[in-house]
Amino acid sequence: MEYIVEIKNLGKKYQSLNGEINALENINFSIRRGDFISIVGPSGCGKSTLLSLISGLIPKTYGRVIINGRESPDVPDEIGYMLQKDQLFEWRTILENALLGLEIRKTLTKRTKEDVVQLLATYGLFEFKDKYPSQLSGGMRQRAALIRTLATKPEILLLDEAFSGLDYQTRLAVTEDIYFIIKKEGKTAILVTHDIAESISMSDRVIVLTKRPGRVKAVHEINLSCKNRTPLSSREAPEFRHYFNIIWRELDVHV
Amino acid sequence: MCMSDLPDQNISPEHKAFLKKVKLKKISIVFTQITLLILFFVMWELAARFEIVDAFITSQPTRIVKTVINLYREGQLFHHIGITCLETIIGFILGTAFGTLIAIVLWWSEFLSKVLEPYLVILNSLPKIALGPIFIVWIGAGPATIIVIALTISLIVTILEVLNGFLAVDREKIKLVKAFGANKFQVLTKVVLPASLPNIINALKVNVGLSWVGVIVGEFLVSKAGIGYLIVYGGQVFQLDLVMTSVLILAIAAALMYQGVVYLEKVIVGKRQHKSTG
Ligand SMILES: Nc1ncnc2c1ncn2[C@@H]1O[C@H](COP(=O)(O)OP(=O)(O)OP(=O)(O)O)[C@@H](O)[C@H]1O
Ligand SMILES: [Mg+2]
Repeated sequence: MEYIVEIKNLGKKYQSLNGEINALENINFSIRRGDFISIVGPSGCGKSTLLSLISGLIPKTYGRVIINGRESPDVPDEIGYMLQKDQLFEWRTILENALLGLEIRKTLTKRTKEDVVQLLATYGLFEFKDKYPSQLSGGMRQRAALIRTLATKPEILLLDEAFSGLDYQTRLAVTEDIYFIIKKEGKTAILVTHDIAESISMSDRVIVLTKRPGRVKAVHEINLSCKNRTPLSSREAPEFRHYFNIIWRELDVHV
Repeated sequence: MCMSDLPDQNISPEHKAFLKKVKLKKISIVFTQITLLILFFVMWELAARFEIVDAFITSQPTRIVKTVINLYREGQLFHHIGITCLETIIGFILGTAFGTLIAIVLWWSEFLSKVLEPYLVILNSLPKIALGPIFIVWIGAGPATIIVIALTISLIVTILEVLNGFLAVDREKIKLVKAFGANKFQVLTKVVLPASLPNIINALKVNVGLSWVGVIVGEFLVSKAGIGYLIVYGGQVFQLDLVMTSVLILAIAAALMYQGVVYLEKVIVGKRQHKSTG
């Protein structure tokens, strides 16, 4: 099986008393295992909707979402979702937060718990495992949120503006951080972002959506000539500006 | 990436001075509070002694003490206090338990919640005391009726308060657990209930007060036993000593019970936050 995610002619219309909102129309794309994909598009074009459809959180109007060759009516186990804010529960310790997904899926055992503790240790949160979220810095909280997502061993990570709650400096550091973790764990990732530079710096491909109803406007394979590519070093690559300008023009932002 | 703003561990002289100042301020506040209280009773006593006020209708502290002692000798004191406190506690617990339970049901079924909404609004604005005579006829003039009155007074408020708390839970938090595949019951137990625990405890605080109102009014109506009964009885036979004594006892009992809830709040909510201030 070549693709881990296949989106075929996907569409979503929201119904409300004020009428119908055509959020997404005829979306087609496929993602290879291990790819890092970014989705950019104007505000309200249906980016979050797209992630919700892939994760099975909301029903689609038409089309198909095929994950690992299967179509599933509910939330597939191989998907991990990271939201805009870290959404750590302030009444749980970091470890308890990280175990949330396992608890919900009823797969919390001594072994899986040890795996999570191991993850916390690998990514420098071991000594904070019994602390509460309010005791951690923004960057560490984001990392804890990622570990919570990784705890259920998802193959595909969906990140919806996952870094936009952070200030610029932290954001750069956290993207670097999260990027390494995702690559090290060998995950496939779909990142939704408003930040063109962030999308280019992290991804193998950038998908540009049109204004609502969102359709695929362009797909860019990002090929940067830099060794040991990381989000930060990507920004230094000579091609970076070029991609930036194209995508910027495609987004067609008016003020 | 480091720990966020934790205070320095070693204490500087400036910080010591600051702590001292805070402590001093706290002591002077408590001191003034106690002085005011003592002053109030002393003035009351003196005013009655020197016949500036008529002790027959205002009573006076020494008479109150005598009344308390008499009540105690007759074995009446703890009998009445006990009955009232028991009724209040039962009314309070039932109000909170049923209120939270019904709020959960309404949260679960949006349909039911929409259907019942106007009824809840009407019941909420209805002075529940008006139902007292009905309950006396139905249930009889006894503690059961008093508890039911206390319950009706606190129930609707609890339902509305707790339900609002449930509905105010961050949608994103719910989305998060749903993304892990949570069913509705798990959404309730993993997010909605723990997230609205502070709300539920706030409802408890309001409920303590309301339960007292319900019980005292119930005792006025039923007029058999309890602090409320002593107050009405004292008023009817023009024994203001008894009335004032009862009111004072009531104030103390209500304050103690409120403190109990505050303590409970510290134990439950504090557990998740005390470490974050440390
Ligand atoms: N539950 C819903 N019911 C009705 N309309 C909705 C709902 N969710 C989203 N929409 C509408 O669908 C459109 C797409 O929303 P979506 O949140 O997917 O956009 P987005 O690209 O993520 O926006 P943003 O960049 O602001 O995050 C918007 O116009 C939004 O108002
Ligand atoms: Mg969005």
